[in-house]
Amino acid sequence: MKPASGPHQLLILIPAFNEIGAIAGVIQEVRGVVPDAPILVVDDASTDGTDQSARSAGAYVLRLPYHLGLGGGVQAGYKLAYEFGYEYVIRVDGDGQHDPKYIPVLLETLRETGCHMVIASRFQNGNGNYTNSVRAIGIWFFRLVLRPILGKPVHDPTSGFVGVNRQALQVFTGSFPLEYPEIEALVVLQRKRFQFQEVPCRMRPRKTGRSTITAVKSLYYIFHVLLGVFINVLKFEGRRRKDSP
Amino acid sequence: MERLLNVTTILSILLVAMVLFSVRRSHIRVEYSVSWLAAAIILLVLSRSSAALNWIARQLGLADPPLALMLLVFCVFVIVIYRLSVVISDLKDANIAIAQRLAIVEFQLQNRNED
Repeated sequence: MKPASGPHQLLILIPAFNEIGAIAGVIQEVRGVVPDAPILVVDDASTDGTDQSARSAGAYVLRLPYHLGLGGGVQAGYKLAYEFGYEYVIRVDGDGQHDPKYIPVLLETLRETGCHMVIASRFQNGNGNYTNSVRAIGIWFFRLVLRPILGKPVHDPTSGFVGVNRQALQVFTGSFPLEYPEIEALVVLQRKRFQFQEVPCRMRPRKTGRSTITAVKSLYYIFHVLLGVFINVLKFEGRRRKDSP
Repeated sequence: MERLLNVTTILSILLVAMVLFSVRRSHIRVEYSVSWLAAAIILLVLSRSSAALNWIARQLGLADPPLALMLLVFCVFVIVIYRLSVVISDLKDANIAIAQRLAIVEFQLQNRNED
């Protein structure tokens, strides 16, 4: 993978953990939409050969030495993208739920509006389907919680189909939630007075595997993320931790 | 009350011995043994000094000195465990940062070799 230069300023980031059944198809689809953009798969220590499948499909693979979880993997990808000088990073899940045809829309929104983060939203036009009722309650609940914190409504705070610009990348290299990062990442950006936009999209059923957030886990998720949101709101940044960049 | 104080004394001495043994065998680093040794010595002193224990019980408004001792035991160990949680959190952050850095360096090396 080359450091970003000229038109090669967009990096597609695909976090993946045991996605051998879907990863090659996702990479081919993405390549069909943005043929010039390098594709980086962050393999979170998969045990099923996801990394080899991704390499065979033509992606670059950043393989983590042990399983860090979604946030740790995405942050590793953001760090690499930042070091290589990329201006924009669009994250696409490795399970095939995110339709790559929306990538140009996300990129255009980032470039034209100057916002720091753009979210592909299932619910902005009210046409999204909820995967289960507990999750639906969770999304509704977090819309309510985030509305006053962010100062504007967010329709799909749990969407992982997001694009960020270089300024947001810089922030995320220093601070990014480890588990269930999407909602807390919005609060991290809000603390920097950064802007986000939503663009409507349709998501597809995952091609293989199961969601990491099942109905039972949703309750834990709600509690965990709620705590993370308030900790991020209250976080003291006057003295940085000694290991922070 | 005397029996409770004796048991506390024995447990404190055992704790000191266990920590020193672990430090000697390098099972615990010296800097992390300090919290445990401090906790054990506080308990040892209080269990052997009824005057100090009675004074603390009076300050806390407790009629029963053993209750004051139990409250102090609880507080001391909450502080030690809290300190360990801070240490574990720091270690986890450092560990994640190192794992990410290792992956990135490996990626760059592989990238260079392919070029």
